[in-house]
Amino acid sequence: MKFTEQHEWLEIEGDLVVVGITTHAAEQLGDVVFVELPEPGTTVSKDDEVVVIESVKAASDILAPLDGEIVEVNEAIVEDPGKVNEDPEGEAWFFKMKIEDLSALDELMDDAAYKDFVG
Amino acid sequence: MDELKRTPLYDLHLALGAKMVPFAGYEMPVQYKLGVMKEHLHTRSRAGLFDVSHMGQVILRGDGAALALEALVPVSVAGLAEGRQRYGLFTNEDGGIEDDLMIANRGDHLFLVVNAACKEADVARLRKALEPQGIAVEYIEDRALLALQGPEAEAALAALNPAVAEMRFMDVATVELCGAEAWISRSGYTGEDGFEISIPESAAVDLAEALLAQEAVEPIGLGARDSLRLEAGLCLYGHDIDSTTTPAAAGLLWAIQKVRRADGDRAGGFPGAEKILPEIATGAATARVGLRPEGRAPMREGVPLFEAEEGGEPVGHITSGGFGPSVGGPVAMGYVPAQSVLPGTRYYGEVRGKRLPVEVVPLPFVKQTYKR
Repeated sequence: MKFTEQHEWLEIEGDLVVVGITTHAAEQLGDVVFVELPEPGTTVSKDDEVVVIESVKAASDILAPLDGEIVEVNEAIVEDPGKVNEDPEGEAWFFKMKIEDLSALDELMDDAAYKDFVG
Repeated sequence: MDELKRTPLYDLHLALGAKMVPFAGYEMPVQYKLGVMKEHLHTRSRAGLFDVSHMGQVILRGDGAALALEALVPVSVAGLAEGRQRYGLFTNEDGGIEDDLMIANRGDHLFLVVNAACKEADVARLRKALEPQGIAVEYIEDRALLALQGPEAEAALAALNPAVAEMRFMDVATVELCGAEAWISRSGYTGEDGFEISIPESAAVDLAEALLAQEAVEPIGLGARDSLRLEAGLCLYGHDIDSTTTPAAAGLLWAIQKVRRADGDRAGGFPGAEKILPEIATGAATARVGLRPEGRAPMREGVPLFEAEEGGEPVGHITSGGFGPSVGGPVAMGYVPAQSVLPGTRYYGEVRGKRLPVEVVPLPFVKQTYKR
């Protein structure tokens, strides 16, 4: 698993990258009550706002971690946003994207680096 | 920035795993380990303990204190029976609301509870108006204020002193708790039955611990306090009401008893009466309403409301909004033109550039369970 400074995790699954938010991020957000996901087929650039997530406290944006195309989204977290708090690094993934070059993930933090990052 | 103040329960909050945030000049718990959603639901199903010691407690003492206070609030204070409490408003010359408060008749004195953010201004306002008439205004700084709310609040507090079970909604009484003199009211700000308890600082931790030791009671932070009062349709000062909203617009005319209205025995005589009283007959231009977003997206304070899905200028705005855990969806309150307040009227709230439908609904969103 790889991590961004925006507290997203990325995992390679075949030729796709699965993206979600970290347990740390979910804890900071508090109870998630609303998730808006992009349309599959959307082409995105790194740092585009692709997901809106609202907790009991506030609204936040999730940014595209890399350039690529959104190919699949997890409707289960739209139906039951509470899943994001229950299993953020598993069942509650946000979207899967296709990227040109999987080696772009090498730039991101690994588990140990992310742990240091969040202190 | 001034250093944040702490309540007598500060160390207990930390020990309970609270996440502390600045609020009205205090470091206050916004949530504990359960989190906002579970804390909210726990309060509605069992009992929640809130630290509201940041709120202002004031005693008015002296002959004619009730009548003197009526010069600041459009409320019948002189008609408030001993051992009873009522909701009130400080108004201004323009007919707006300077603060909302609770007024209790405790026999030889009046006991007021005012909002934390307004308390210094309120005390100044009281001193200016009342001290020249020989009324003593005592700002209480050595007592904590705790709220215990929810269907099991009565049982939890009665376990410490059974006398509280006799109290009914808006009764006030002096009761011994944890060896200290507590001033209790059967009221709160969640829509649930419950109590607010003023207790000497020295006994505040003992009382909180004695309540939290009971299985039914969990500590509840400001996050859930806000969603509870929003679902109950109760106004938050500085958001749903402020110095520019009149009692008629805010839907708070029930707080102005007949005796203070036109043709009443003590009509008027409070700031802004000439604006506030005629509005009882004519109505205000805008009205506070309950709003239920039709989708799942919460609409928060500041969201503009439009009449149509496209075009036009905003006709209103949301003043409080978020997710209602007991409702299971987004809930909000806001102001709309007074001629279109019928339940079912549809507006569009603009969220992230999109206009989403929202429907006017009756308040409160949840049934109030006061013990009358």
